[in-house]
Amino acid sequence: MNLTLKVWRQKTPDDKGRMVKYLVQDVSPDMSFLEMLDVLNERLILEGDDPIAFDHDCREGICGMCGMVINGVAHGEQRATTTCQLHMRHFEDGATVTIEPWRAAPFPVVKDLVVDRSAFDRIIQAGGFVSVPAGSAPDAHAVPVKKDDADAAFDAATCIGCGACVAACPNGSASLFTAAKITHLGLLPQGQPERDSRAKAMVDQMDLEGFGGCTNTGECTAVCPKGIPLDTIAQMNRDYLKA
Amino acid sequence: MNFTVGEPLIDTKAPEGPIEDRWDKRRFAAKLVNPANKRKLNVIVIGTGLAGGSAAATLGELGYNVTSFCYQDTPRRAHSIAAQGGINAAKNYRGDGDSVHRLFYDTVKGGDFRARESNVYRLAQVSANIIDQAVAQGVPFAREYGGLLDTRSFGGAQVSRTFYARGQTGQQLLLGAYQALERQIAAGTVAMHTRHEMLDLIVADGRARGVIVRDMVTGEIERHLADAVVLASGGYGNVFFLSTNAKGCNTTAIWRAHRRGAMFANPCYTQIHPTCIPVSGEYQSKLTLMSESLRNDGRVWVPLRKGDDRPAGDIPDDERDYYLERIYPAFGNLVPRDIASRAAKNVCDEGRGVGPGGLGVYLDFRDAIGRLGRDAVEQKYGNLFEMYERITGEDPYSQPMRIYPAVHYTMGGLWVDYDLQSTIPGLFVIGEANFSDHGANRLGASALMQGLADGYFVLPTTIGDYLADGPYGEVDEGAVAEAEIAVRGRIARLLSVNGTRTADSYHRELGKLMWDYCGMERTEESLRKALERIPELRAEFWQNVKVSGEADELNQALERAGRVADFFDLAELMCLDALHRTESCGGHFRAESQDADGEALRDDENFAYVAAWQFQPEGGPVLHKEKLDYDYVKMSQRSYK
Ligand SMILES: Cc1cc2nc3c(=O)[nH]c(=O)nc-3n(C[C@H](O)[C@H](O)[C@H](O)COP(=O)(O)OP(=O)(O)OC[C@H]3O[C@@H](n4cnc5c(N)ncnc54)[C@H](O)[C@@H]3O)c2cc1C
Ligand code: SF4
Ligand code: FES
Repeated sequence: MNLTLKVWRQKTPDDKGRMVKYLVQDVSPDMSFLEMLDVLNERLILEGDDPIAFDHDCREGICGMCGMVINGVAHGEQRATTTCQLHMRHFEDGATVTIEPWRAAPFPVVKDLVVDRSAFDRIIQAGGFVSVPAGSAPDAHAVPVKKDDADAAFDAATCIGCGACVAACPNGSASLFTAAKITHLGLLPQGQPERDSRAKAMVDQMDLEGFGGCTNTGECTAVCPKGIPLDTIAQMNRDYLKA
Repeated sequence: MNFTVGEPLIDTKAPEGPIEDRWDKRRFAAKLVNPANKRKLNVIVIGTGLAGGSAAATLGELGYNVTSFCYQDTPRRAHSIAAQGGINAAKNYRGDGDSVHRLFYDTVKGGDFRARESNVYRLAQVSANIIDQAVAQGVPFAREYGGLLDTRSFGGAQVSRTFYARGQTGQQLLLGAYQALERQIAAGTVAMHTRHEMLDLIVADGRARGVIVRDMVTGEIERHLADAVVLASGGYGNVFFLSTNAKGCNTTAIWRAHRRGAMFANPCYTQIHPTCIPVSGEYQSKLTLMSESLRNDGRVWVPLRKGDDRPAGDIPDDERDYYLERIYPAFGNLVPRDIASRAAKNVCDEGRGVGPGGLGVYLDFRDAIGRLGRDAVEQKYGNLFEMYERITGEDPYSQPMRIYPAVHYTMGGLWVDYDLQSTIPGLFVIGEANFSDHGANRLGASALMQGLADGYFVLPTTIGDYLADGPYGEVDEGAVAEAEIAVRGRIARLLSVNGTRTADSYHRELGKLMWDYCGMERTEESLRKALERIPELRAEFWQNVKVSGEADELNQALERAGRVADFFDLAELMCLDALHRTESCGGHFRAESQDADGEALRDDENFAYVAAWQFQPEGGPVLHKEKLDYDYVKMSQRSYK
């Protein structure tokens, strides 16, 4: 099939940036979205042009490195799917597809579709851990954990740190990402000693980075490739108030 | 390419005496660093996967001054994140007869008697501590209703010792290490540099003293100096272009260190995983693994008749060949990875493969669905079925999956002694980047174990012994400048060729060549052909590659070209290693060395050694052999019939 792409091109962080049109031909429906861009980039390189810069690594939906706003939706319209797992069979022949980077003030554009998400690391640095130096741990069976708690903690822990939630939120809030970590650690006995200080430090850091507040629009969960539920945010708010 | 044989290598660091006591002895003998001095000792860690992430965090906790690098935008994205199945540990929580000795035994045997006994024993010993550490960090392992940890059995083991977090064990373990690392970054003990790629090692006065890195955003070339350097840069499976590795996985860090004097051990030992989604077209950029657990209920088959292109459902049972069940009645669909992979290749070579290009075999759940019901199958494998459908657009409930083997893991890597130190003093290598523990074949769920054993427990002790004699003083400026000039020169050269083919297109061709000639089955003829073709292709690459853009900007075309250049050199050494090892062992199958049933035949008399290759600018590499002795596990031939 043939497609028209409109892609955000921005050479440097200071560059104003603009949408550029590309025609791509003979796209196989079995290609992944990123493979379609690979083919275009190969062409651009041979033409002496700058290939479209985009982040990616695992291409299996687990590393969280990829991310584009496709036709206005973070990671595209396919639900619970990262950009790298999106395949071309979901597009119509002849369609026009717009591709833009995550847009949020705390995620400045580095180049084209590549953004700087280091604010997420700093939120984790503020308290997204259990303080347990290597070698100091008790036997793993010393503290049993209820299966339900372990399962719920796991569900929250599956966040891949992609940032789609921020890109989708009208307020540019990082609440879903932050809440996922607070919920994961807060559900486990190992996370209890630092539970209050963690919630406070992480939420404060989130504000400091310039992410907006949460007004419960639910746009974040709708695009989240890992289906992190909205009630983690309620949990975060409770822990924060308690702290 | 020719080679010469040099002095044998002896690992002088493993203590003598009963194997159970060796690690204790080594720990006791290791010099300690005065806590007040630790801040003055600088350590560079390349890589933030399970090995590098856990090492940097632990060294930071101990008080060293650590600088850490990764090429992704955050340390949490290292390729370890993609590991699915689980992590082994000799906890014996099931009381099913597991023990340190049994895990040791299984690993040595699984590695087809090509790993070092002392190292493997230590790995089994510290495995239990890893689970304790991860649980304390909040890693949400699967649990049973009683609140205790669940385990499963994996890849050939007869005990249930694999701990797991649904199909995302690597992710959860890596996030544990990442969080520990971020804690140290906040504490100021670790300085983190993301989007930085190591392009050379600085060796001064015979010691590893730093690295040259490129800031991948600005293109700036930076020098970082230290008292010791740790490489944890992962495996080199991407030499085949198509593999289950992440796109950015590369050999540059270890290859550059090799060129600076670190010996490269067993480069030809690669692991091919039998259950991956087949290639769908020319544009294919990577391959996706389907968990091995599928072979518990799926039956593998191809049509009996060559060229039978009826849809799977129209082929009656008596016209199907369930070849694994036929050839290996005892183990059936559950034979080890290398055997299952080769069998698939054989039936496809006979022209009986299915799907596009005939490079696929069926993995069929029809009988499992009939026996257990669709719901039960969905319960067990739902997420995998969904992933398969997402990629192929086919519904595995109504038609069999198509699978084919793909490159998955590299057992070879930089040679290290018992202390995980390479042949360059002050250069330590951990995780998949070293060669140490898996011999010629790695068992499932053992890579995560090794990476974390190295990073949390082994390296932090052994590197202390080296650092206790430091700080090592000023670094010779001449050595630093030379490395920096070399890096700048390579970049300038890549950008100046301005030819007519992209780096990726060369990489694809190299990968295909390696897969055909140095893949699942190797022959003298195929390897000689590869050794002839690789230098030709490399020469063409350097004359005709096209890299657009500039050196001083974010330039992904340049990043790729640099990696492909190093893959060319590594590929040649892999083929040479594979050619010289005329036996078959583990993942290395030489067609000339098989028994009457077509199984891999080892040649212990001539090849019970680690092949460590030393780089020479002229005249080909020098082979140093480290003889392997088996005092605790009796050498035997594997049989799965
Ligand atoms: C799909 C898949 C599933 C797997 N499942 C399992 C499993 O279930 N159980 C198991 O035990 N094993 C499994 N493995 C194997 C296991 O995941 C890996 O062997 C292991 O994670 C490697 O860890 P590592 O820390 O050595 O390297 P990696 O995790 O690969 O990390 C490498 C690090 O080095 C950095 N780096 C690389 N080159 C450079 C450079 N030049 N400059 C700067 N930084 C650099 C990267 O940024 C990264 O941070 C699986 C592998 C794959 C591919
Ligand atoms: S919460 Fe979801 S959308 Fe947000 S970073 Fe995590 S995985 Fe991505
Ligand atoms: S590239 Fe890793 S999640 Fe998409």
